[in-house]
Amino acid sequence: MGEIIRAPANLPAAGAEGPQQYLTFQLGGEMFAVGILNVKEIIEYGAVTEIPMVPRFIRGVINLRGSVVPVIDLSARFGGGATQVGRRTCIVIVELPENEDQQVIGVVVDAVSEVLEIPGSDIEAAPKFGARIRADFIHGMGKVKDRLSGGQSERFVIILNVARVLASEEISLLSRIAQDGNPVGPAAEAA
Amino acid sequence: MDDLNSELTGVFVQESREQLAEMERLLLQLEQEPSSRDNLDAIFRAAHTVKGSAGVVECDFIVLFAHEVESTLDRVRNGEVTVTSELASVLLTCCDHLGQLLDVLAQGPHAPTPEMESEGFVLIGRLNQLSGTTSPTITESKVNVSGGGPMSTDNWHISVRFGADVMKFGMDPLAFLRYLASLGEIVGIETLADTMPAGKDMDPECCYLGFEIAFKSRASKSEIEAVFAFVRDDCTLHILPPDSKLEEFMELIQKLPEDSLRLGEILVKIGAVTEAELVEGLKRQQGAARDAESSGEPAPPLGHVLVEQQVVQPVLVEAAAVHQAQVSEKKAKEARVIRVHADKLDRLIDLVGEMVIAGASAHLLALKHGKGDLVEAASVLSRLVEDIRDSALQLRMVQIGETFSRFNRVVRDVSRDLGKDIELVLTGGDTELDKSVVEKIGDPLMHLVRNALDHGIEPADVRQARGKPTRGQLTLNACHDSGSIVIQVMDDGGGLNAERIRAKAVERGLIHADEPLSEQQIINLIFEAGFSTADSVSNLSGRGVGMDVVRRNIQALRGTVDVVSSPGQGCTFTIRLPLTLAIIDGFLVGVGKSAYVIPLETVVECIELRDVAGDRNFLKLRGEVLPFVRLRELFVVEGERPPRENVVVVRYAGQRAGIVVDQLMGEFQTVIKPLGALFSHLKGIGGSTILGSGEVALILDVESLVHRCADAEEQQSRSATSSNRLLSAP
Repeated sequence: MGEIIRAPANLPAAGAEGPQQYLTFQLGGEMFAVGILNVKEIIEYGAVTEIPMVPRFIRGVINLRGSVVPVIDLSARFGGGATQVGRRTCIVIVELPENEDQQVIGVVVDAVSEVLEIPGSDIEAAPKFGARIRADFIHGMGKVKDRLSGGQSERFVIILNVARVLASEEISLLSRIAQDGNPVGPAAEAA
Repeated sequence: MDDLNSELTGVFVQESREQLAEMERLLLQLEQEPSSRDNLDAIFRAAHTVKGSAGVVECDFIVLFAHEVESTLDRVRNGEVTVTSELASVLLTCCDHLGQLLDVLAQGPHAPTPEMESEGFVLIGRLNQLSGTTSPTITESKVNVSGGGPMSTDNWHISVRFGADVMKFGMDPLAFLRYLASLGEIVGIETLADTMPAGKDMDPECCYLGFEIAFKSRASKSEIEAVFAFVRDDCTLHILPPDSKLEEFMELIQKLPEDSLRLGEILVKIGAVTEAELVEGLKRQQGAARDAESSGEPAPPLGHVLVEQQVVQPVLVEAAAVHQAQVSEKKAKEARVIRVHADKLDRLIDLVGEMVIAGASAHLLALKHGKGDLVEAASVLSRLVEDIRDSALQLRMVQIGETFSRFNRVVRDVSRDLGKDIELVLTGGDTELDKSVVEKIGDPLMHLVRNALDHGIEPADVRQARGKPTRGQLTLNACHDSGSIVIQVMDDGGGLNAERIRAKAVERGLIHADEPLSEQQIINLIFEAGFSTADSVSNLSGRGVGMDVVRRNIQALRGTVDVVSSPGQGCTFTIRLPLTLAIIDGFLVGVGKSAYVIPLETVVECIELRDVAGDRNFLKLRGEVLPFVRLRELFVVEGERPPRENVVVVRYAGQRAGIVVDQLMGEFQTVIKPLGALFSHLKGIGGSTILGSGEVALILDVESLVHRCADAEEQQSRSATSSNRLLSAP
């Protein structure tokens, strides 16, 4: 996992209904996916500088070839415990259009799996509850063939709404609360 | 082609703005010392340059107006007109008008609005009135009416045929006529479109027009000629003075390309000659031509043409010489100054920043390997990189004087409006600071200055009653102070009224009526949002931009603003800004496993932390109390305290504090990398930087840390207890 995987740069921009490519990854035993057009690159986890006085889910900042990029711990953002760093832990660098600029944020995941094509017809609406993460963080549930069973059975991946999960306004609001000394636990985040 | 044009226009607009700013500055000086010859010359040059470059970008409305200003200045220069404060005022307004015309040009290919045009004509009229050469049109025509109708004989006769390319060069024939009208009155005009080809052959970009004009004016021939100066090479121009003899008219008819009879009719029509005269003249002319033919000599009028050409020539030669001098002067100036796009400069600074990081990394590695020659080479490299960094930053440095001198005009205009006599004193104008800072400091400064003029300095009678000189003084001062630049706006007015501020703050609900506040704290309330001391909103201040905006703007530049007021003596606003926004010298410290950077200019000294009993958060340093913060506690760093801890003593804006860290790791040049919107509100952290190892280190915001200490200290001294409640709060 030492090498840097660059996302293919010029993918055809597929419409909302057409088949789209998603990067899937493991987090706390579950499979998540993000639209590949949002993914800039994937790097090995390391050299994260912690930032004091911010909520737990902000892991810190890294040096990405000369620019300083914040790193978010997704597991903690979803209200779970902090991600344990293992051999396959990665940082997925996500690009989000923020006003006129591109905001670049790193996301810590347990392991990156593969790039899948999920047609729009195979994406179902997010369940109202039961996914154990906030409903507005979920873009939809993608139906994919389970490779472990040789393509026989199907399973769901949670396609994330990255713009919501990484919304800088909400994050900075949360960290302001954290700085002012109020407890920022799963309860506050889930509110 | 369009791109080239708009680029040219952009450069023109920018350069002309600089010229106008210079002209304005000089005019203000001229007002003070009207006899300064150098000044006058410089003003004239500026006006001339604007006119000249406007010609290059084919902007005729600026050309025409600037020309008028220029000729007035020329008359002043020649001593025909003396400088009065009224003339200077009008010239200043002309400067403004030129600025507005530039705005019009900058916005795109529009013509100025009729209002602006008429404003221009009014200005030109006032200029002419003041310089006393040409009487304004209006009075002239009134005289004529009372005299029983225009008298045809005392008119100039102008006949002009515009060249086909005139419009392609951006000259509008109509504009010349309109301009001509500003010199006098056009009594009769006839348009000649004889050369206009049939519809399908006509090129809409070509000018086929000619005019015969009867013109009443007291302007001299050279003045009338100057109207057409910009198309002189492209048109045929004949000017006959008033009371010209018939022969001269006949000569004119001969010279013009149109049919003699038709021309004759036109001349009769506009009242230049009578019909009888025409018939006689034509006969005589034909006779003369026949005589000339028979004798084999050229027709006599040709000789006259040459003579007339010679009359014109000296003027042209002079103009050419002036133009040449201007060109060479401009070239010499360009050699000294190179215009560089700001983006390129920023890119260079970024690269230098990366180089600083790479250099630091190489140096660290060399030290680690311990090879003497490698270390030496690395330190030579580091020193060079440091030099490059300094000169790269120097590129962005500009003197603040330019920003300051803009206020000359502001103070002059505002004090006139208010009927106050106020003198502006500028000191430290050669203090340099980053261009990006200069650009953003203008507005807050403007607000402070306007405020001081409007509310600070009292009217003359009040001043007299208080035993102060009637002339108020406003001082703008700039200087460097420990890595920051300090800009002060001082007035010798009444100072701030703490009682009124307090009452207002209570009224606005900013404080409780019985809140115990020191005088300084009350005064600082003016920076709170929603606070304005002016009882009425005047034209000058109170336009919705309060002191809170001033403070916000300055804070956005990582700066601070303070106010000190002494009742009856005046008040001083002090703005403190970092020199540059890109690179700082830092002092690297370690707490636990993380490294932090403290801006070096704030570091006073480093000492070992000893003899601190219990939870006390202050120590005794050479007999003085020094409050401190433990970074380990503040930032909740995991791990045990090491046996030896160090205190970095920092100072900011006169306040001292200690920062307790584990390790001291020495000086370090750092490029500031903003942390982004996510962390914008983070107090105590000013930014981040990349260490030689590639890791990110956080830069401490000493100001907010010191404030933390200072507030706590104040709290302590006031409550006279050793409570450290605030310090231990995370």
